[in-house]
Amino acid sequence: MITTLLRRDLGLLLPGGRGGGGILPLLFFMAVAMLYPFAVGPDAQLLARTGGGIIWVAALLAAILPLEKLVTGDLETGVFDQLHLRGVSEELAMASRLAAHWLSFAPLLLVATLPAAALLGLDSATTRTVVLGLLAGTPGLAAVGLMVGALTASLRGGAALAGLMVIPLAVPILIFGAGALSTAGNGGIALSAAISLCLCAIAPFVAGAAIRSAREG
Amino acid sequence: MQARLAAKDIACRRGDRLLFRGLSIDCASGDTVHVSGANGIGKSSLLRILAGLLRPFAGEVLQIGEVGFVDERLALDANLPLGQALSFWERLDGCGEPGRALALLKLEPLMDVPVRYLSTGQRKRAALARLLNRNCPIWLLDEPLNGLDSEAQAVFETLVARHCEGGGIAVVASHQPIALGSPLVVDLARFTA
Repeated sequence: MITTLLRRDLGLLLPGGRGGGGILPLLFFMAVAMLYPFAVGPDAQLLARTGGGIIWVAALLAAILPLEKLVTGDLETGVFDQLHLRGVSEELAMASRLAAHWLSFAPLLLVATLPAAALLGLDSATTRTVVLGLLAGTPGLAAVGLMVGALTASLRGGAALAGLMVIPLAVPILIFGAGALSTAGNGGIALSAAISLCLCAIAPFVAGAAIRSAREG
Repeated sequence: MQARLAAKDIACRRGDRLLFRGLSIDCASGDTVHVSGANGIGKSSLLRILAGLLRPFAGEVLQIGEVGFVDERLALDANLPLGQALSFWERLDGCGEPGRALALLKLEPLMDVPVRYLSTGQRKRAALARLLNRNCPIWLLDEPLNGLDSEAQAVFETLVARHCEGGGIAVVASHQPIALGSPLVVDLARFTA
């Protein structure tokens, strides 16, 4: 059952899937990395010092882009109602959606971090910290996105609101993940991973409850 | 297994409005129920309550047997061809022979058409195919005749009759007259608050 669900969710969200626009977060992410040197000028030292932070901000904002498609469509077409009648809990459906959401944007972003780091002139140690930090932090970003997406799914204009709501909730991940760039050691990355784990653990329950409450509304 | 669907003294409130109250029904295997009433009287809400998708404001609902539910929402991915969209539910329901429902509902020529291009009647037939593939004893159908032509309507009436003869329960909400054998009629106008 879970494989059937996951297969459908991946088909919906993966780049080239039927949801469309799966490649958009990646393009957005690369566009930020390309524009930033134009905006601050060709000072290589400045770029290398601030580039890691910019990659983090770009990744966070890119993770917001697919939120609209995450829950809204299936809520409107009654997919969750039909799943409920078949004894598939909203939590299970959301856990599968969380996995599919992360798989649809994070691996691509991690790969794209390498050319982005090259564009910004980051050294290999910094690039490694950024990639590891994103690996630790993106599951948390996906979880926040899913929760907010489910909470705003039944609202008019929910997509714009979702974008705004994700940002403050993602700040802890950003602080520790990007903070690892300026502190020695892997403490920041570890904390970022811990927050991610926590968020991933609660996300299916929060999102599931949101769907049930939208159904009653 | 004997299917049963019972509601005891249920009331439904949407927003500030009490739509109906004091409604009780008790269906056993083989029963057909026709829920009738004007638009907005609460037919869809009653069906959602019976399905367990909506909590009644008062009273309780008992279901013995799995519930299949069809309303105006298709639960099929709009961008996929009909065949692929249906196959998700076939896999989930462990349906052995999806071809039977497709033949009954004359959906075979439409298998390659994306769901978003289907007409109202075709969409309804697709939803009925999803229901048939599941093989569940309790059918809750909300306005199943909307958009069906007279031929498809006849097929639908046969399907319901056959389902009930085979020990199923069918609750059909419709403002249109339907030939359902000898249904138990629930006129919601009698229960309005």
